[in-house]
Amino acid sequence: MSTTHAPTKDRSAARTLLRLWPYVRPARARLFTAAFVAVLASCTGLVIPLVLKWLVDGPVADGDTAAVWLGALYLLLLGLAEALLFGLRRWLVARPLSHVEAEMRAGLYRRLQRLPVAFHDRWASGQLLSRATTDLMLLRMFLAFPLTFLLVNAVTILVGVIIMLLQDWALGLVILGPAIPVVVTCVIFEKRYHHVARLAQDQVGDLTTVVEESVLGIRIIKGFGRHRSQARAFRDLTAKLRGTELRKARLLATIWGVITTLPEVAIGAALVLGCVQVADGELSAGTLVAFLSTALALRWPVESIGFLLAMSQEAATATERYFEAMDETPEQEDAPHRGAGNGATSPHAPAADNEGLQFHNVRFRYPDAPEDSPPILDLIDLHIRPGESMALVGATGSGKTTLTALVPRLHELTAGRITLDGEDITAMPREELRSMVAVAFEDPTLFSTSVADNVLMGQDEQELDRALSVAQADFVHALPQGADTQVGEQGLSLSGGQRQRIALARAVVGRPRFLVLDDPLSALDVHTEAAVEAALRDVLADTTALIVAHRPSTVQLADRVALLSEGRITAVGTHHELLRSNAEYAHLMSGSGDSGEGEDAR
Amino acid sequence: MTAPTTSAPTSTDEEPRPPGQERADAAFDEDRLPAPPRATSLLLRSLLAPMKARVTVTTLLLLLQQAAVQAGPLIVAYAIDRAVPAFRDHDHGPLIAVGVGYLLCALASGALQYAFILASARVNQDVLLDLRGRIFRHAQALSIDFHERYTSGRLISRSTTDVESLRELLNEGLQELVTVVLSFLYISALLLWLDLGLGAVAVASFVPLYGLVRIYQRRAGRVYRKRSTAIAAVIVKFVETMNGIRPVRAFRREAANDADFAVLNKRHERVNGDALLEMARYVVGSRVVANTAVAGIVLWGAYRVAQGSLELGVLAAAVLYLRRLYDPIDRLGMFLNSYQSAAASLEKIAGLLAQTPTVPEPSAPRQLPALESADRPGREVSFEGVSFAYRTGGEVLPRFDLTLPAGQTVAVVGSTGAGKSTLAKLLARFYDPSEGRVLLDGVDLRELAVPELRRGVVMVTQEAFLFSGTVAENIAIGRPDASREEIERAAKAIGAHDFISALPDGYDTDVRKRGGRISAGQRQLVAFARALLADPAVLILDEATSSLDIPGERAVQRAMTTVLRGRTAVVIAHRLSTVEIADRVLVMEHGRIVEDGTPAELVAGTGRFADLHRAWRDSLA
Repeated sequence: MSTTHAPTKDRSAARTLLRLWPYVRPARARLFTAAFVAVLASCTGLVIPLVLKWLVDGPVADGDTAAVWLGALYLLLLGLAEALLFGLRRWLVARPLSHVEAEMRAGLYRRLQRLPVAFHDRWASGQLLSRATTDLMLLRMFLAFPLTFLLVNAVTILVGVIIMLLQDWALGLVILGPAIPVVVTCVIFEKRYHHVARLAQDQVGDLTTVVEESVLGIRIIKGFGRHRSQARAFRDLTAKLRGTELRKARLLATIWGVITTLPEVAIGAALVLGCVQVADGELSAGTLVAFLSTALALRWPVESIGFLLAMSQEAATATERYFEAMDETPEQEDAPHRGAGNGATSPHAPAADNEGLQFHNVRFRYPDAPEDSPPILDLIDLHIRPGESMALVGATGSGKTTLTALVPRLHELTAGRITLDGEDITAMPREELRSMVAVAFEDPTLFSTSVADNVLMGQDEQELDRALSVAQADFVHALPQGADTQVGEQGLSLSGGQRQRIALARAVVGRPRFLVLDDPLSALDVHTEAAVEAALRDVLADTTALIVAHRPSTVQLADRVALLSEGRITAVGTHHELLRSNAEYAHLMSGSGDSGEGEDAR
Repeated sequence: MTAPTTSAPTSTDEEPRPPGQERADAAFDEDRLPAPPRATSLLLRSLLAPMKARVTVTTLLLLLQQAAVQAGPLIVAYAIDRAVPAFRDHDHGPLIAVGVGYLLCALASGALQYAFILASARVNQDVLLDLRGRIFRHAQALSIDFHERYTSGRLISRSTTDVESLRELLNEGLQELVTVVLSFLYISALLLWLDLGLGAVAVASFVPLYGLVRIYQRRAGRVYRKRSTAIAAVIVKFVETMNGIRPVRAFRREAANDADFAVLNKRHERVNGDALLEMARYVVGSRVVANTAVAGIVLWGAYRVAQGSLELGVLAAAVLYLRRLYDPIDRLGMFLNSYQSAAASLEKIAGLLAQTPTVPEPSAPRQLPALESADRPGREVSFEGVSFAYRTGGEVLPRFDLTLPAGQTVAVVGSTGAGKSTLAKLLARFYDPSEGRVLLDGVDLRELAVPELRRGVVMVTQEAFLFSGTVAENIAIGRPDASREEIERAAKAIGAHDFISALPDGYDTDVRKRGGRISAGQRQLVAFARALLADPAVLILDEATSSLDIPGERAVQRAMTTVLRGRTAVVIAHRLSTVEIADRVLVMEHGRIVEDGTPAELVAGTGRFADLHRAWRDSLA
């Protein structure tokens, strides 16, 4: 989904990356040690040319073969030290960095699980997933390489330049010549690359969305023979991405070109100057050799700056994307406070009886909807007495599902309050509230685990069989491994009706005091529906329940019916009362009466 | 996760899978589709084949670039051994040549570097474009029964993460490998040419290095496979939690999920650390070999210079080359990393691409006969000796014959698993029959090209998925060239106009943006408007009214008797209210049609339908 084209606050890459510090902190000792070790290893590499110089100017020039042995031994020792130091660096960070990555992922998962449902309505899971995988992998790589090596390279270059200046300051200055143009190029590059990198990442996100939809909507695409136009849309997006990637490549090519050419030109100039000095006897051959091998040893540190910067940029973008999700405020486990509509007493609670499930003056508007838009639900006053079941009936889109989501606080009320046995739901911990209220959703989701776990959701196992039989989900016993059969994305596919029955079993398994069922029988055939209804009647006898219903048969499960019309409760009564007294209700239940279109339905 | 997506990965067909199918399903469950041997390398080759010329040019650019880069130390050797003495003799020519030569090499290597990066990026991007397109088109061409078994998550990761790992290989790895190999070759040749003995020592050091690379490759391969399994488990858990956030919250699973996730995440962390440590070992090993070789060569070279049997410049050049020779070893390790993961990904992609569509498009399509007149838009459907069984056995529909005259509205009823959906899918050509033919006005469905087929038959199912975009665009899927007026007319006919007009931007409301929340029933209305707009000769409704309220269902029925009048219609419904508009009712049981007649006949009779109808009537009382 394209929700991610986020407010790109124009923060510098460095400031963005600084936000990683709290996660990196636990690994800081190792990380700093590793950086120090890497600097040491790099400097060891720089000492090697000096030994060469000593060899060439001393023993080699003098023909002292014994000293040649000594020089070679030094070289070997330095070489082994370099190898071990590089290995030590990697060993030091291997486990801690994997740990940082894992912690950040666990942190994201924990946070996302606790963000308001409204947040999840806006964000496609693909976009969240790419933050938990690709982006975090980029960050780990950034901590392992660019972060260390930008430092290491800077120190190496500094030390190398000092060595060269000490050997021959004139040649050293020549080598330093391209420093300023290279730095300027890098700065310009960084800015542009940041922009293109973010664009590419977002385009990948859009592409993922098309892929996701083309898979999820495959029946529609096939049913209407639209796979060609779908493929065209996909091709357009991939072509756009290709364009962006090529822009990225052009930037990379430019910086590589500049970074390769300029230092080489300087080395060439130093070579010519050095030769003149050697010829004039002002410089020893050994010094020139050492100087040039130092210069060449610096080539990689300089050249790699380009891609290290590119990686840092991408890491900065990844950090931005990570915190886009992390910065959202989770549901507060707020201090008990009474709802905003505190003053308004419910007309339905004249007597002391505030038992059961009560809606007082409830108003709701999605938090991301404009302030001035009409609320989805308004002035909802409803009292469901203890043990009573109330059916909620209303035209398509009247807000029934939204109303059911308010009871377990999946969405927060805009105004008014809901009480369970007199207690405001905002005054009790969510954990407690949700243990009292069980919900069966219209769109039944199964998780990749056994049927039993899907039903129990952490509840006591004894109740499993009873719950399955209430939901008429006896087909479970005929599955290959019975209730232990794996279902969901990674297991057996179940039909819509089967999934709906599992979801129903899930809702009734814990014998909750309050039950909210959102059109729980829509995918069942007539026979199964009748059987489920019979079994549900027993459960509903002593449970306070709110049941969204479309059909007379479902409505008859309930003691009373509330009619929801354009966001308000317009009538409450028994099925037969309303059928007689309320035209809209009669219309909804039988399709007869004035349909508003002045046409007699058959 | 967003309101409009359904939790669709699971199958919606009503028939439980027969036991014979379990073995075939194992391949799906383990995400290892059978691919013919060497499918991976064939795939890679076929991707690169069309760009042979450009690959050659790119390689050439790299060859030249490396030549320019590697010339440097040679020039240094020449400068020390020839130009310096010549300069002492007041012959400035050689030194000027050195300066000009070095400058040219520098410029050439920079320019060639630029050209190479661009050229290779073009090749890479075109390969990726091609591969992405292939996966996408192939996935779209595969039949519904494939999609029902190969979960959406897998298909998505084929075209995202798996393509991504190939992208990494192409972008960084491949260039790295070619550079490494080329510089090995160049430098070895130059060293041998400079001095046979020193060169031979350098080349000899390749033997232990090669051994190290092989060991690393084997060990890292093992770790990498473990790592990709570990991350896949993390991904599944993550996606499921996010897609099922409502039940997760309502049933207070957050803490339990945190614990489950921690286990998977820890496992990945451990393997990830193992992989990094494996790399550390490799780096130490290869550096030790390289630096020992350098020390050895310097020892021998310096000894010989001291004795006078080798020139100083040659030794200097040899040392400069040696450092370059061993520089890319680390990068070779990184290449092996990306190669390992790309190979695993390509294998999976090849497995997917090797699946043949079981419902192929005809090679020589036929046209449907012209309609007799515009006011008789329906077509005749006949099933001739049709039976259907899953390929692995398990018969769903035994052999049957059935003719639906043009313009007839047929209701199909029966309990779960009776085969109603399979019948519908055969008619919509989501499946092909195992035996027999399904004919539309006498033409076998298998002989119709897709556009022609979809002018003939359209199916509306119970899962009303909305694509991102506006409401109008979603309706227009039925007929992409429809005008706004036609779209609105379709919406009005189905009773969807009112709620659409009430959305923040009306028909232009983005279904995934602010205020675009659309309920399940409203989504079904959009799906109907879509079908209405498509205006097919035969319309199939498979449980398409399950989330509608009764007025909504009535509006649909009204539309069928007015706007869709004269079309052939097949209506599958749990609810008998739908049957009221039918001319004919088929009752199915265990894959067979057990009753067939007009509603009035069947209600008056004593069969199953009469029982069902009585039960339903009672529920309305």
